[in-house]
Amino acid sequence: MTISHFGAVLLFSLFTSVVFGITQRSEPRMMIRFGAFCFVLFVCGTILASWGMWAIKH
Amino acid sequence: MAAKIDYPLAPGDKGLATAATPRISPALTLLTGWLIPGAGHLLLGKWIRGLLLMAAIGGMFFVGIALQGKVYTPNTGEPLDMLGFAGDLGSGLLYLLARMIGWGQAPVLTAVADYGSKFIVVAGLLNIVAAVDAHSLASGRKQS
Repeated sequence: MTISHFGAVLLFSLFTSVVFGITQRSEPRMMIRFGAFCFVLFVCGTILASWGMWAIKH
Repeated sequence: MAAKIDYPLAPGDKGLATAATPRISPALTLLTGWLIPGAGHLLLGKWIRGLLLMAAIGGMFFVGIALQGKVYTPNTGEPLDMLGFAGDLGSGLLYLLARMIGWGQAPVLTAVADYGSKFIVVAGLLNIVAAVDAHSLASGRKQS
């Protein structure tokens, strides 16, 4: 199986956010909100870190 | 109508048990949740949560295997490998299955395979989080 780096980021963020959402909140609505929040944070954080590393290199 | 039983489920419980809610040992829930991802929640009747956890943790583990990630072994002597082994062990029976079949024994040569190794380790760590959550639900420390 091959996967792009961004695909790996999306998969990692999805799986991790599901577990965080279920385990860190009690109400179903809050689980979904927290899971979505974690997903966005993971993806955006990775993109920002990637651009940061690119800026350091250049 | 379920008959009321006049004792708390656990020290953290505020409510009273009913005959319709059988008591499940928190330790058993923790052990089951560790051995099989999501099984602790299934044991407590939290079907959707259990199945989602099973899909997420199992999916992460098998994506890691499919990316040709490394499954760590305990006796390499390298400190980082020992940490990786501790993380992998969190997957419970999935780790034992991978060792028995021989998955993840090839050397890591690509960046994507290195991602796979991390996927497998994080799947184990997430499974520990899920098992502890099931324990908290069973003991009453987490209300719902």
